[in-house]
Amino acid sequence: MITLVNLTPMQPLVGCSLSLQVARWPWIYHLGMEPSHQVTSALLLMLSLRNGKGSTLFSLHGHGYLGQNHHGRGLFVTREHVHSQEDHDEKSHKGNEEPNCLGKDEYIDNATLSYRQDVRYFDFHIVYSASYRVPVLYFRTYSSDGQPLLLEDIEKELPGNSTNVLMESKWTFITQEEHPYLNRPWYKLHPCGTSEWMKLLFLTDPSLGGSQGVPVELYLSSWISMVGQAVGLKVPLEMFNKRKE
Amino acid sequence: MDVEAMGREAQKYVWEGAIPLQIHLHESEVTTLPHPSPALVLAPRMGYLPLLLPLLKPHFSSTLPPGVDTIWFEYKGLPLKWHIPTGVLFDLLCAEQERPWNLTVHFRGYPGNILTPCEGEDSVKWSFINSLKEAAYIVNGNCKNVMNMSQSDQVELWHSVLNGNMETYQRVSSKLKLEKVGDQYVGKPNSNLLKSRTNTGETDTGGPVKTDKCFTLRDAVKALLPELFVEKTLIDEEIPRIELEEESRAPSDDESNTRNEEDVEEKQGENVECCCPSDDAETKLKLVRIQGIEPKLEIPFSWVVNNLMNPEHFLHICVFVKVPQAKPLPHDR
Repeated sequence: MITLVNLTPMQPLVGCSLSLQVARWPWIYHLGMEPSHQVTSALLLMLSLRNGKGSTLFSLHGHGYLGQNHHGRGLFVTREHVHSQEDHDEKSHKGNEEPNCLGKDEYIDNATLSYRQDVRYFDFHIVYSASYRVPVLYFRTYSSDGQPLLLEDIEKELPGNSTNVLMESKWTFITQEEHPYLNRPWYKLHPCGTSEWMKLLFLTDPSLGGSQGVPVELYLSSWISMVGQAVGLKVPLEMFNKRKE
Repeated sequence: MDVEAMGREAQKYVWEGAIPLQIHLHESEVTTLPHPSPALVLAPRMGYLPLLLPLLKPHFSSTLPPGVDTIWFEYKGLPLKWHIPTGVLFDLLCAEQERPWNLTVHFRGYPGNILTPCEGEDSVKWSFINSLKEAAYIVNGNCKNVMNMSQSDQVELWHSVLNGNMETYQRVSSKLKLEKVGDQYVGKPNSNLLKSRTNTGETDTGGPVKTDKCFTLRDAVKALLPELFVEKTLIDEEIPRIELEEESRAPSDDESNTRNEEDVEEKQGENVECCCPSDDAETKLKLVRIQGIEPKLEIPFSWVVNNLMNPEHFLHICVFVKVPQAKPLPHDR
């Protein structure tokens, strides 16, 4: 198991962002593949993080990717829902003859209602790109009935600053391509700029890296804080505090 | 004829190569009687299927149901990935090289859960440029040369691919300065040709590090698919059963893409077969097909790359492997 980040919020969040909590991303084997190339092994070594008992590196046979599928997690309430609820209230007050079971003073639990309605599920996978030699974030999103969502809808959902990140940065843009292992259309954050801005990120902090390069945990947590911005993921500070231990 | 001239001639053959297609409209989209006859099209190897829309639409338009056109193709029930060059699809999917190649076309009901969306020529062009960028990144460590192409150069490059115009393509693409692969030799000390462990496997055979053994196509395939060449596989005892996706067919085939550069990478095609231990490992590899040819495996790999690669600077290698026959399980009764 690789300790990285989790996307499980403890309860459904109101608003359009997910909080990351430190937990586990299981390594999903792509079953039955040939033995790993050295490239993959390097990645696997790179990604095996120290657990609490000291550093344990393990080598795995086979290709794979880090995945976090929702399975009931990653619930995410859209702004739209809040509006629609308000609209509903307005409509019900505008001379609607039907009895309105929700009295004005009655508390409406938005979170509960949203769970049944406009919930967006996200699946995130991190796959190593041998061409660009960086991790790449793949994701897909769908509503509670399994219907996949369009990119335009996703972009509407994202918090304001993340759309800015997407639009202003020439380094992050979302494309729709085949998942390299699942062979289905997924969205991905294009990797061609990743190594550039990762380099910049580390160059600007003299306390990092040095001649030995950057420790993996730091690379990945920095990476995910960058890419997370583009898709509305927030990285909790605890994740960075942990590295000082 | 010297090697260079042979190379140029090979390139010419490849660029002029085309697949004869017999394209049938899917019966769910036929609204008139009699059924329309299939369209007969010669599709360039280096081209892409959605680009055939202007040829196909007039042929079938009178019988299509109302709606917006979203063209897609299938072969024996398998939706075809539109971003793969036509020639590669044919080499990969048609072991027996059926001529004409019988495909079914759809103008409705795009399978968005299986195929990435294709909005016409622009999508194909974007995919092409993106692949070219990826190749440039691998060769140079950055894709500046492609990103900095002038608008007119980009247009000209794309049109040269659209029209199968090799001279224009070579003239424009030379500005990108994507170097040709030099001759590779096995055992060269500073060769970063293969970062995989087969590199050490290669030099095992000789004492001195430098040898004159040229890096051949066989060496490349071996590097990409070592399990076809080793006696025992390194996979766990419990080889899980692979769920072949609905696009399953026999024989199993595998597709690898290589770049025309030192770095070698493997991409899996639609079928991945579980590699079971075999007694005669060498014969698991049945066939290697590149641009419709079955090249001798002894050919220097650099020649293969430089002359048989596609315009996006990728070499597509189609590999056919032997599949172990499934044994029927005895019934419990």
